[in-house]
Order: sequence, then structure tokens, then C-alpha cells
Amino acid sequence: MTRKQRRMTIIGGSLAVLALAAALVLNALRDSIVFFSTPTMVAEKHVAPGKRFRLGGLVQPGSLQRGDNLAVTFEVADGGAKLPVAFKGILPDLFREGQGVVAEGALDVNGVFKADTVLAKHDETYMPKDVADALKKQGHWKDDYGAKASDGLKPSATTAQGNSQGAVR
Amino acid sequence: MIAEAGHYALVLALALALIQSIVPLIGARLNDAALMNVARSTALAQLLFVGASFIALVTLHVNSDFSVANVYENSHSMKPLIYKITGVWGNHEGSMLLWVSILALFGGLVAAFGNNLPLSLRAHVLAVQAWIASAFYLFILMTSNPFLRIANPPIEGRDLNPVLQDIGLAVHPPMLYLGYVGFSISFSFAIAALLEGRIDAAWARWVRPWTLVAWIFLTLGIAMGSYWAYYELGWGGWWFWDPVENASLMPWLAGTALLHSALVMEKRNALKVWTILLSILTFSLSLLGTFLVRSGVITSVHAFATDPTRGVFILLILCLFIGGSLSLFAGRATSLKQGGLFAPISREGALVLNNLLLSVACAVVLFGTLYPLAMEALDLKISVGAPFYNLTFAPLFALLLLAVPFGPMMAWKRGDLLGVTQRLLAAGVAGLVAVAIVWGWVSGGSTLAPLAIGLGIFVIAGAVTDIVERTGLVRLPFATVLHRARGLPRSAWGTAFAHAGLGVALIGIVCETTWNSEYIATMKQNDVAHVAGYDLKLDGLFSRQGPNFREMIAEFNVSRDGEAISVMTPSKRSFTTRGSSTTEAALLSRGASQLYVSLGDATAEGAIAVRIYHKPLVLMIWWGPVLMAFGGMLSLSDRRLRVGAPKPARAKQRLQPAE
Repeated sequence: MTRKQRRMTIIGGSLAVLALAAALVLNALRDSIVFFSTPTMVAEKHVAPGKRFRLGGLVQPGSLQRGDNLAVTFEVADGGAKLPVAFKGILPDLFREGQGVVAEGALDVNGVFKADTVLAKHDETYMPKDVADALKKQGHWKDDYGAKASDGLKPSATTAQGNSQGAVR
Repeated sequence: MIAEAGHYALVLALALALIQSIVPLIGARLNDAALMNVARSTALAQLLFVGASFIALVTLHVNSDFSVANVYENSHSMKPLIYKITGVWGNHEGSMLLWVSILALFGGLVAAFGNNLPLSLRAHVLAVQAWIASAFYLFILMTSNPFLRIANPPIEGRDLNPVLQDIGLAVHPPMLYLGYVGFSISFSFAIAALLEGRIDAAWARWVRPWTLVAWIFLTLGIAMGSYWAYYELGWGGWWFWDPVENASLMPWLAGTALLHSALVMEKRNALKVWTILLSILTFSLSLLGTFLVRSGVITSVHAFATDPTRGVFILLILCLFIGGSLSLFAGRATSLKQGGLFAPISREGALVLNNLLLSVACAVVLFGTLYPLAMEALDLKISVGAPFYNLTFAPLFALLLLAVPFGPMMAWKRGDLLGVTQRLLAAGVAGLVAVAIVWGWVSGGSTLAPLAIGLGIFVIAGAVTDIVERTGLVRLPFATVLHRARGLPRSAWGTAFAHAGLGVALIGIVCETTWNSEYIATMKQNDVAHVAGYDLKLDGLFSRQGPNFREMIAEFNVSRDGEAISVMTPSKRSFTTRGSSTTEAALLSRGASQLYVSLGDATAEGAIAVRIYHKPLVLMIWWGPVLMAFGGMLSLSDRRLRVGAPKPARAKQRLQPAE
């Protein structure tokens, strides 16, 4: 093989791998991306039951109810609307009424958000970024939510399946 | 006084770094040895002053001097000594100080042990090193000074975030930074080569040990961080595809590619331009990681909200260094002479494939990390999590692993794919047998899991095959084999261990995610939980007072088939100062598998929510990286790479036994 042919082989191979990666990414973008919504956005957009998304907002004070066998229900509010959430499992250490929360799951036919993951951050002053942005936009942001930045910690999460963010098995 | 001294030392270090940025370059231009040697003294003096500054901050934390804002915000007088020390880098300012200290350490090491480097190359390398250092000293002094005083000193501090009060913090960040910042050396060498317009196989031989050191630390640092998250966060997850984790994974992927391409450059004098580019990219990704974590663009909104200067400053550093180095590369790369030729099917070809897959996998992770940011600009909030990476990163990495055993067995220049395949037949059969056994033995779970385990076995068996062939085990008498094994270059052993580590980690990952069993319930005293053949009986709940927390401990008696095995005591700690709590999981290792118990909230009736996992072969996930790092260390001790005595590549080939 000449130098040119060898170079072409390598370039061809590189392009093939790049094309493969691009195809994989585009395919994954179709259905593995989860969108973020607040209760107001859910009310406005009429999200279809069964479509997975992340719900963020504040846990409505007084709405937390513990049932049998670790079943929990609470309401997530963002000032504009409220959405009931059902979860089965252990809530994160920092889950509190009146605090920010992000839950991942889907609506059922009755309009209840069935969460399989509830995320919180290991810092008592932390407000999940998505929630903070949404609240700010709606004018519900109070400065004391974010007195101090958390130090690059990972989010803690509890999931009903013990699996991070509903990973494909 | 100590705070002021620390601050002053840091300012002096900046001044030294500025001198080191300019004077050696003038010296190199004028060919003046004295001016070039300035770099050596300033690098060592810089290390001294930054070290003093760092020690000053540690002293302040140990003395609980709450008149210093950084100590007040992150420490507490009741905190155990070890956490007072580790708390120094458990916050933004302190961790940036650790960052520059390690940068100065690497600069000092090059200055102290780089005697065999050509004078002008050393001058250039240390000057570039000083550019980076100056930028970060400025960053610390202008936006994140850890030595700021409070006008009215409070009596007690606000305590360190409880999650960080763990031995993991003592080890994980320094390791990770040694890795991140270690890549600055290969970056500096690359820029120096571009500035000088000269690069050869000797250059690669000088760069490789430094890259290898950084890579070893980064490997261990990532593994350590993953294990820390696993036991500390209380729900058994060990990798979240969180931006902070991706920030450390990307330099690792690029650095691994760099290690392999530097090999080609050293042995065959080829892939020069690509190696230079990879050196630049690897450190750029380290900088990007620092930016992502430190500016708070992704993890938390507050850093930007409260102090936008920080994010903007790091972004400026990022643009300056990445943009500057890439433009320099674009301008100068063509002047570098091309080296040896090779056929597509050859050791070089295999290493090119390795580089291709690693860098593409790295690009995929980068895309997944930055895509949400880009979408946010369009006012669309999304999260990219495990499902995305499972569909993209995993297939690419599977391809890479499939190719791993072939690489080391290929001949340089022109390889024989068919021959190598025949020699790998035994390894391939081992992999297929593993697939069949797993398929027949285990029911349930993903159909991909047995295949992935087979792949892991293939990679391990391939690494063993390589060593067996090189030593002539099976074919030759034992004494000869021993002799050959001793004569085998350490780097060959290193390769085998590192590659086998990949297989080990893969098997752990697959087993844990596929056959992990879980039990979540509220338990009362004397309740028994049955998980994966184990019986866990809750004996009782106790409370205890720790130094700066109260904890509730649950005692579990673990037995299997009526035979008592051990006692597990998970606990939940509440820290009064911050009003927050942490979950201390209890772990019980059985071989490579683990039982994992963590506690939830206690109910009014004296029952407690409990989470119990059985994680089969989970420890292999971390044994893998440890094996890889061990392989790296073996390779580092290879005489060829020993700093101070670079031998010509020819001499080494004679030592290698015929295959």
C-alpha cells in the first residue's frame, strides 16, 4: 500500500467510527432524554400519561402523608399549580416540607405523578437548580434558599428500584 | 498573623510564577543558560511558598481560628482532627489552593528531576507550567481568597457538610487532583514542543512517565470517589453520570488514549501530531472539569448567582488556554515531521483504533454533559442520564474491549490478524464458555448480561494469553519460563494487569446492575428480612453521642441457613450545627459480593425504614481500577521509562523474548 492509501484507510476507519457514534447519539436522543417540568408547565401542556419526565417544585407544607409499607404521597407546588405525587420507598435525608424537590417518573391515568426516583441534594441550603430557575422565573425565589453553594456534591437519590435514574437494565 | 503570612506567601508565589513565565523563554531565545536555569530555581521556590501557604491554611483549620471566613464556614471546634485537616479542601477556596499546590508540586518535580532534559526544553516546559500557575494564583487571589478575615469573629464555626466528614474526603480529592493536574505536565511538554518546533521519540519517552503517574492517580481517584459515593450516600449507587463525575471521566478517557499514542510515538516515531493534540485536549478536559465543578454552571446555580466573577474568571482561563494552545497547534503542527509508516493491520493500527474509540467515547460523554447546557440556552430543560450513556457509551466501549486483547499481540509495522486470532482462540473459547455457563445457570436479567460477562472473561483471558505466550508457559520447561518471566519487560506485565483490570471491572459492573437484589421495608425489633439467601434479624435500636453528632444505630444479626455470620450496624447521624443528617451504611463483604444495609426514618412506633441490598460481585468494580493502577505502576518501574535513564528503544527490543 502506498502512503496515501494507508492514510485513506485510517481516515476511512475514523469516519466510520464517528458515523457510528453519531448514529448512536442521535438514536439515544430520541427516547432516553428526560424533560423537566414544573406543576404549572404540566397543567398548561397536558402531558400524556406514561411519558417520563422530571417534576420539580416545592413540597407543599402539610401535604406529606405516609401510608403502609413505605408508600408516601405529597404534593409538589410551584406557586401556580399543585400536583399530587406518589412514591414508594425511603425518601432522601434532606426531603422536607417546604423544600425543593425533584422527582422522576410519569403521570398515571388519574393525573397522579408516580415517582420512581426522588432526588435531593446533600446540603441543607441546596435548592435543585432546575427548581430554583423555575421558581425564579415565576417570581417565587427567596434569597435564603441559596445562601451558600453546595460544594460540587453528587445528588443523592432514592429510587423504588434501587437503580439510578431508571437505568435500562 | 498566620492567615496574613499564608496570603503573603501566595502573592510571592504569583510573583515567582510571573518571573518563571517570561525569563526562561527570553533565555531560550538568547540561548543563555543562566536565564534558562532561572526556571529551575523559581519552580522550586514557588513550590516552597505555595506549600507554606497551604500549610498556613491547614494550621488555621486545625487551630479552629474562626476569625478566618473559610474556617468559620467549614469547620467546628468539636470536629475530629482528621476532618479539620481534610476540611481544608472540602470547600471551594481550599480545594483551589490544593489544586495550585499540586500544580507547583509537579512543576517542582520537573525542576528537581528533569536534569536529563535538554536545557531549552526544560525552560519551555517550566515556563508553560508557570503560565497555568499564574492564571490560577490570580484566580484564587482575586475571587476565592481562603485567608479572608471576618471583622467580628464568631465563637463557633458552621461545621463541615456532614457528608464530607468521612475518610473518603481525605483521599479522593487529592488523588483526583494529582491526576487532573498531572496532565498539565504533558500539556506543558506539548506546548514546549510546539514552541520549539522540535519533537522526537525522546520527547515521548520523557512525557510518558509523567502521563502515566497522572493516569494512575486519576484512575485510583475516580475509583475511590465511586466507592465513597457508594457507601456514603446510602442507596448503593456507584456511578450517576453526574456532570461532576463526567468531568473526571473525560480526562481519564483522553489520558488513556494519550498513554497509548505516546507509546506509538516512542517506539515508532509516528502519530506525532495526534499525540501533541491529545496532550492538549487531555489537560483542556481537566480544565473544563475544574470549570464545570468550580463555576457551578451545572451542579448548582448559586456560585453564579452569588459570585458571577468566579465562573467568568475560570471561563476566561479556559478560553485562554484551550483557545491559545489549539491556535498554536493549528499554526505549528504542520511543521512537525511525519514519522514511520505502518500498515492498517499492525500494533500501530490497533493503537490508532484504541485512540479512535477512546476519543469518540470521550466526545460522547462531553456531548452528554454539555447538551443540557446548550438546551438550556433554548429554554428547554432536560436531563441526560444513565439511559443515554447506556445506549451510546456502552456500545463504543464494548467494541473497544473486544479489540483490547488483539492489540498487545500484534506485531509492529505489519501485523497478522489471522495469526493473532488463532492465538486468541483459547481466550475466545473461555469467553464463550462463560457466556454459556452464565446463560444456563442464571435465569432472569438482561440477555446482554451473559454476553458482557463473556466479553469480560475474554479480555482477562486475552491478557493472560499474552503473558503465557511471552513466557512460553506450557511449551517450555519451568525454569526457562521463570527466567523469561523475569526477563520480560515490566511494561508487558503492566499492560497485562491493566487490560485484565478492564475485564474485572466490566464483570463487576454487569453483575451488580443485573442481579442486584433489594429489600425495602419498615422493620420492628426481631423482624427478619430475607435477602438473596441471607437472613437479617433486627436486634434493636440504640442511640449514641458522637463528637459533633448524635447517631441512631440499628443492630442486625446476619445469618445464612441458620448459621450466624456477622453483625451489621448501620446508623443514621444527625449533626446539630447544620441540622442535617447522614446515613452511614453498613457493609458486609462475602468474597467479592456485599450485603449493604442503610437506614431510613424511624416511625413513632419504634419501627425503622430499612434498605437492604445484596450486590453480587460488586467489589470487582473497584478491584478492576486498582489492577489497572497496579499495571500502571509496574509499567512506570520499567527501566525504559525510569526518569533519569532513558535508554534507546533498540536495547529494549533485544531483551524481549522471541515470540
